[in-house]
This record gives sequence, C-alpha cells and structure tokens, in this order.
Amino acid sequence: MFAFLVRRLGQAILVMLVISILSFSIQDELGDPLRELVGQSVSEEIRNQLRDELGLNDPFLVQYWRFLKNAVQGDLGTSYFFKRPALDVILDKLPATIDLVVAATFWIILFSVPAGMFAAIRPNHWLSKLCMGLSILGISIPVFLTAIFLIQIFAVNLGWFPAYGRGDTVVLFGGWETSLLSLDGLSHLLLPSVSLASVILPLFVRIIRSEMMEVLETEYVKFAWAKGLSKYRIWTVHAFKNTLLPVITVGGVQLGIMVAYTILTETVFQWPGMGFMFLEAINRVDTPLIVAYLIVVGLIFVITNTVVDIIYGLVNPMVKLTGR
Amino acid sequence: MTLLNIENLEVTFPLRSGSVTAIRDVSFTVDQGERIGIVGESGAGKSVSAFAILNLISKPGYISGGRIEFDGTLLSELDESTMQQIRGNRISMIFQDPMMTLNPVLSIGTQMEESILAHRKISRAEARNIAVDKLRAVQIPSAQKRLKQYPHELSGGMRQRVVIAIALLTDPQLIIADEPTTALDVTIQAEILELLQNLCNEFNVGLILITHDLGVVSQVTQKIIVMYAGAIIEQGDTENIVTRPKHHYTRGLLKALPENTTPGEKLNQINGVMPTLQDIPHGCLFHNRCDMVKDVCRKVQPNLQGIASHSVACHFPISYEE
Ligand SMILES: Nc1ncnc2c1ncn2[C@@H]1O[C@H](COP(=O)(O)OP(=O)(O)OP(=O)(O)O)[C@@H](O)[C@H]1O
Ligand SMILES: [Mg+2]
Repeated sequence: MFAFLVRRLGQAILVMLVISILSFSIQDELGDPLRELVGQSVSEEIRNQLRDELGLNDPFLVQYWRFLKNAVQGDLGTSYFFKRPALDVILDKLPATIDLVVAATFWIILFSVPAGMFAAIRPNHWLSKLCMGLSILGISIPVFLTAIFLIQIFAVNLGWFPAYGRGDTVVLFGGWETSLLSLDGLSHLLLPSVSLASVILPLFVRIIRSEMMEVLETEYVKFAWAKGLSKYRIWTVHAFKNTLLPVITVGGVQLGIMVAYTILTETVFQWPGMGFMFLEAINRVDTPLIVAYLIVVGLIFVITNTVVDIIYGLVNPMVKLTGR
Repeated sequence: MTLLNIENLEVTFPLRSGSVTAIRDVSFTVDQGERIGIVGESGAGKSVSAFAILNLISKPGYISGGRIEFDGTLLSELDESTMQQIRGNRISMIFQDPMMTLNPVLSIGTQMEESILAHRKISRAEARNIAVDKLRAVQIPSAQKRLKQYPHELSGGMRQRVVIAIALLTDPQLIIADEPTTALDVTIQAEILELLQNLCNEFNVGLILITHDLGVVSQVTQKIIVMYAGAIIEQGDTENIVTRPKHHYTRGLLKALPENTTPGEKLNQINGVMPTLQDIPHGCLFHNRCDMVKDVCRKVQPNLQGIASHSVACHFPISYEE
C-alpha cells in the first residue's frame, strides 16, 4: 500500500506539473490583465511601468518559475476582480460544486446499477428496451437543454422545486457549507443534480449492461448455476462483482469529466459553485482565477483517479496494492 | 439400482437461421456408483447432453423431447427451485477449463462455503470444516490456507482439484465431468483422472465422464457411449467397445489413438469431417466418411440395436469371430 501511494504521488506530481504549465501558458492568450486592473485612462508609460512591477515583461520561464514557487506554497495569485487570493475564492465556491457532484453521483449509482443489471439479465423485457431507448436519448440531449426542460416543468409549471440558487446550507466543521443536510438545500439541489447526472447516467447504464451481459456468459457464472446457487446470489455476487471492475475504470474517468459539466449546469441554475465562478472569471478575463481553477480541477482529477485505483485494487484480488 | 435414466432425449436450438436439433434420441442409464464415458468429436453433442440433465442448456436451447429420470424423480417436470436443489447438491458438475471455472474475484473459501450453504442449513464455520475436509480429500496441501486464496494464486491442476472438491462438497450421487482434463498438462491429466476415479469409487458416486479421447475413458469408466452428430451410434461395456468396436467410426477412433499407432507412422485419421447440424445427411449419419458404405446406408438411418452390454447403429456392423 505504501509503495503504491508513493508511486501514485509521483505520477500525481508529474500530472500536476503538466497541467500547471498548460494553464499558466494560456494566460497570455486570454487578454491583457492590465486593462482589467487600471481601465482605459492610464497612459502607455505608466502601463509599462506597471507591467515591469508585476513581472509581466519577464521571460516565460522566469514567470513560470515564480508562479510555481508561489503555487507550491498555496499562492495561486490574486483575483483581479475579487481582490482576494484566487485559491481562497475557489475554496469558497468548492463546497457548492462538491455538493452538486456528490448528489449527481448518488443519482447515477442509484439508477444505473439496477437499470444496467436488469437490462443485462432480461435484455428482451420491454423495460430494458425502454431503458436503452431513454439512455440513447439522454446521451444525445445536451445538458443545458435538459436543465431548461427541468426548470420549465418542475420549477415554472409545477412549482415543486426552486429554479435557481443554493438555498439554506448547514455549516460543518472547518466552515465547510453543505446543502445536503437541510431540506431547503436539498430541494434546491434536486434539479441541478438531476440535470448534471443526466449526461453520465445513460453512459453508466450502457456500460453496466454490456459488461454484465458479457460476464453472464462466462464459464464461472455457468458453474455458479451448476452449483445450484440462487439466481440473486449469482447476479449480485458472481456477476456484478466482476462487472464492477471495468465499470470502475471507465466510470472513474467519467466522474472526473462530470466536474467539467458542472460549468454548464451551475450556469443554468445559477448555482454558486466554481463552475459558475469560472465562467464569470472568463468573462472578466480574471486570469489568476482562471489559472487557479484549472489547477484545482486538475488536482480533483488526480485525486479521483487515485481513489478509483484504490477501489479497483480492493475489488480485484489480482491487483495487489502492495506489489505494484 | 438405476440412478439416472435418460430416454429419447432431444434438444433443440431455435436459431435465426432456422432451428437445429443438437441431440436426437439419446437414451442411456447410469447405475448407482457406475462410471460411464461419453466420447465424440467436437460438436457431437456431449456437453449439450450433460447440461440437459441439469436443465441448464444455454438459451435459446431447450429440451424438446424425451424424459430424464433421476433417482425416481422426473427432472423434466420439476420447477426451477426444486431443480436448483438438485444442482450442485445431488448432481455436481465439473467443467473443462479450471482457469475459467472459478470466479476470479471470490476466494476459494467463499466459493466452497456458498455451495454448501445453498443446500444445507448449517453454520458458516461448519461449512468451512466440510470445505477443508474435501480439499484434503482431493489431496491439496495445506488445505486450511487455501480457503483464503484466490483462483489466480493456484496452478491449473490445483484449480481443477478445487473444482472437484467443490463437486464433492454435498456428497452428490452423480458427478458430470465435462472434459475435466482437456485443458491440463498430460502428466496432470493422469493424476486428476485417477483422483476422480478413486473418489467416485470410495464414495460410491456415479460418474459421467465426457471427453473426445477414447483412450482416457477406457481407463476410467465401465461403460462407453459414442456420440456422432447429435446421436448415439454405439454404446456398451468398455471392454466390448475397446476390443470389439462394431461401428466403423468407433474403430476409426480407436485406430487414431496414438498408442495404437506404430511409432514413426502417420496417425490414422478418419477422412472427412463430421456433418454440421444444418446438413445432417439422409440415412446413416456417418455414411459420407465410411469405407464400407452401401446404397442402403445413404437411404435408411440405422437404429441402435443390440443388448445393453453392446449396441450399435450400423447396417453393416463389424463382426468378430469368436
Ligand atoms: N448456445 C448454442 N447455440 C446454438 N447452438 C448450440 C449452442 N450450444 C450448442 N449448440 C449446438 O450443439 C452442438 C453440440 O454442441 P456441444 O457443445 O454439445 O458439443 P460437444 O460434443 O460438447 O463438443 P466439444 O468437444 O467441442 O465440447 C454444436 O455443434 C452446436 O451446433
Ligand atoms: Mg463440450
């Protein structure tokens, strides 16, 4: 386990370095930060002086090195708009996004596992065909459309759920705010999380179905039948546990990708998370905030992948976490 | 005492290209503690016959005719949950490839305990004791330790021993072994076969040993059934089949055995291939490969004729002077 973690940490550092170079180097393409800082009325002379002071005239590598040194100490620059450390701004918004992702993940697991299993076990049942049809639909409809539909029906027409905002939150230890523990928060969370889940859920149903169908044809499942085990044990223990392995691998990546989809969902629902913040930062050419966002998201990716690998190792006895 | 009595068994696969009858008119019996062998080349219908007994034919196949009687009960009339109580309990099965038979993500212990617990109302600890006992019976060293291991930690031969131990867990009356040694090294093959034979002897378990190797069955079983293109073409006591085969196909199989070939000479292959189920020929199933073929063979299908100790489906069986 220790060797595994050390190796994993090495990989993570490498990935983070690449991400940091990429996100740092795009900042020049995003527009002139000075315009945001000082406005139009300042003369070219003073601008140049300011550039020098900010180090914007230094060579790329010098700038990057400075950036990296600060980044390692948790300083990702100061947001032009908020006039606060970019990392602080993001960390303020992070809990809202995490709420959204956690809730969406909950929906995905809650529905994709039974639906995928059922569709694999009874491929010709009308319910399975319905599931498969819906999943194609779900994959093809863009998130923002789903979101707008949900708002129109459940918020505007029926008035069951609020259309935007985060609602009441409960403060946990360390000042972490969550919507998951208040009724009002949950009702605000429902529509955004469902629409976020709607992108990935169909994919999960399809992966689980196809993997499980393959597993059901294997010799060891046939042997399990020949042992006279109950069908429920065969489906849930013998077949599903083996289905999980490929699902974890593919699914882990998808959960990471979901973070990217939060940008759309949060914007439509005006959910005060980092996705919404990111879009605003782009509009304001708030370069430090953009760069910081990319780095934090990269970090989330790396962490998710590590966790996925660990879970994979726990499910699959052929992978020894110690031996790698 | 007759343990298993199969009469006129027929299995059909309704496929998109038209339905095919995988086995036809298959009848045989297995007595208590008796060991019989089913031989035939690939596609002859050996596995289908075996799975039909447990009502586990892969979809869309189904038993389209005949009856299977086991220890006085008609299996074909049982509902699924009663049938489940017979599978792996009174009739066990051993599969061909031990690398694929055991579930890779479950420990040996789990896979053994669940098999007992599915059929006996006993505690986990008691089940574990039985598992260890059976692992010892199949001569697996440090049996206790194996329970915690996973299939990939064992060699092929060890895994097949585990599978045999699983088959023995509930003290079944009948074991069906579908090519249990095909996937193993030759040296291990002999060990496993001997083990299987001894265990069946010791516990008075009936055995149906399926293989495509006449040499293998002749050492283990008391009776041999020869299948060809979905039907039994010859059956009888091992002694009779091996020393006085009446069907030209059986004789061909015997001649093709490496041990019946003079060293340095070519193996005696039977010319041609077995007909597929889609183009089962008129008349005798074997006529297009037979050296002795006559007109009647192309027109009339011969029935299995003879006595229990030796019968053959051939218009011109090989005769032996006494
Ligand atoms: N799932 C299936 N779908 C369609 N046809 C099948 C299926 N299983 C078996 N059959 C048909 O039944 C025939 C007999 O198959 P079976 O598996 O019994 O052969 P076998 O004698 O066991 O051969 P082998 O030595 O290769 O195991 C095959 O030729 C095939 O045409
Ligand atoms: Mg077979």
